[in-house]
Amino acid sequence: MGLKKYIDEKVKPQFEGEGKFHAFRSLFDGFYTFMYVPNETSKAQGSHIHDAIDSKRIMSFVVIALIPCLLFGMYNVGFQHYNAIGETADFLATFLYGLAAVMPKVIVSYAVGLGIEFTIAQWKGEEIQEGFLVSGMLIPLIVPINCPLWIIAVATAFAVIFAKEVFGGTGMNIFNVALVTRAFLFFSYPTMMSGEKVWVNGEYLDCINGTVDGVSAATPLGELAAGQPVTTDFLSTVTGLMPGSIGETSVIAIAIGAIILLWSGVASWKTMLSVFVGGAVIALLFNTFGAEDNAAAQFPWYQHLTVGGFCFGAVFMATDPVTSARTETGKYIFGFLIGCVAILVRVLNPGFPEGMMLAILLMNCFAPLIDYCVVQSNINKRAKRIKA
Amino acid sequence: MSLFSKENGAVFTGPLNLNNPIAVQVLGICSALAVTSQLKPAIVMGLSVTVITAFSNVIISLIRKTIPNRIRIIVQLVVVAALVTIVSNILKAYVYDVSVQLSVYVGLIITNCILMGRLEAFALQNGPWESFLDGIANGLGYAIILVIVGFVRELLGSGTLFGLTIIPSSVLMENGGLYLHNGMMTMPAMALIILACVIWAHRSINKEK
Repeated sequence: MGLKKYIDEKVKPQFEGEGKFHAFRSLFDGFYTFMYVPNETSKAQGSHIHDAIDSKRIMSFVVIALIPCLLFGMYNVGFQHYNAIGETADFLATFLYGLAAVMPKVIVSYAVGLGIEFTIAQWKGEEIQEGFLVSGMLIPLIVPINCPLWIIAVATAFAVIFAKEVFGGTGMNIFNVALVTRAFLFFSYPTMMSGEKVWVNGEYLDCINGTVDGVSAATPLGELAAGQPVTTDFLSTVTGLMPGSIGETSVIAIAIGAIILLWSGVASWKTMLSVFVGGAVIALLFNTFGAEDNAAAQFPWYQHLTVGGFCFGAVFMATDPVTSARTETGKYIFGFLIGCVAILVRVLNPGFPEGMMLAILLMNCFAPLIDYCVVQSNINKRAKRIKA
Repeated sequence: MSLFSKENGAVFTGPLNLNNPIAVQVLGICSALAVTSQLKPAIVMGLSVTVITAFSNVIISLIRKTIPNRIRIIVQLVVVAALVTIVSNILKAYVYDVSVQLSVYVGLIITNCILMGRLEAFALQNGPWESFLDGIANGLGYAIILVIVGFVRELLGSGTLFGLTIIPSSVLMENGGLYLHNGMMTMPAMALIILACVIWAHRSINKEK
């Protein structure tokens, strides 16, 4: 523990009280508690605190669970690129291409979001709130690959300020911050995010490679919305070797993340499971009773669950402990309705090829109401028992 | 009492800043969201409301002693409706394109809470000259906020001001640049957020007052 002893004795005092760098106290504190287990546990502020672990440790588990998606996303970006230009490349070259395309997005998202968080923490004289550790990783994973960096920066700043800080910071937000970022992108820059076509080769990478001029490929949901037959087969929607947003294509990578989240007890299996059940039920209903000429309604239900952001949303977004329902029964209702609404939007509204984002944001609104109803019905039940 | 006494000065400057109808009283939000996607309609709307508030204030103030208390709201509505009809027809005659853009919102000035609020709270108790100043000031206070919101929305939403291109088209993405207009700025949802920012800034500046 030589390093820790050195930091504790030499470096830490400089950031505390009247130390040389006390202006950067929040910055130091943020990194210190991220790298080492802090002595204090989180205070009971915010709805996501439910045991004595520091919330940075919870957030770290989610970031670890996201790594398979991130790595696979990088590989897929490279794969789609070489596929589009008709070349074959070995594994390493493919991955490195993706790394070069994805890494700047991760860096921009973290730099902007953490920059705002640090500034506000320093300004208010508080400890840094750790919520952005996860949001900063989620944001690059749910944007299309050709999304320019400045747009990601604007959207991240908007979401951190207006979806989180104005509500009181981590644990107080009503809406999932990463999804607000995506919603901002979706409504502000629809040409980037339309979902009909996701560009598999970013133009700004051409200065590195000097190859094609941005090939666009349709995602399965885009084809559905346009009423065309889906060209991606079921197997590639599971493995994830298809065009789409960076982190959301591979069901296998998401499943690994889901196992990590469930094993560590960070996410609730009830929410996760009921999202899939809700989606499957509605998709089955559409399969059985839907209009014959509506391609999205006739799209097989198991494929509905594997394309687009359905899995990613179910595993990483719907289970967000802050914005989802807190009561155990409430989690079933919350998840089920997310699944239902997501498929309903996909099938019935061709203007929105992907409904997962809107479904989760909508249910975020209703999560407190669901909790309230569950608690009230429980109170009523017990009151009756006393009377009887 | 002289025309430009200190009290009258306070009547005039209050609504422009510390007692702003939108930023402090949070009235008239609906039309402020609806007409501010561009600067020109925002200014025309602000001026229309100013004129209508000022003259309805004067008329109600002149007849305030003869209005039976129980039917005063109806009398106020008749006066406002008459003025709105006049303004609406003037807009149609001279700035037809703007009046088309404003569509129903000129007619809906009748229901603007700033107007009824000023009539009830000020014109019924004060003389015509004070009421005139109060109407002008409240209308201008409303117009200032509309212009600020309209400026931000038109500049970021479509890159123009008064319809003139400010952000050159060469930086746009379809022409090989990197810039994209923010489509959400043209939606009322973003107007609400900009309005909130204006109110936020206004209140942090005037915190101690």
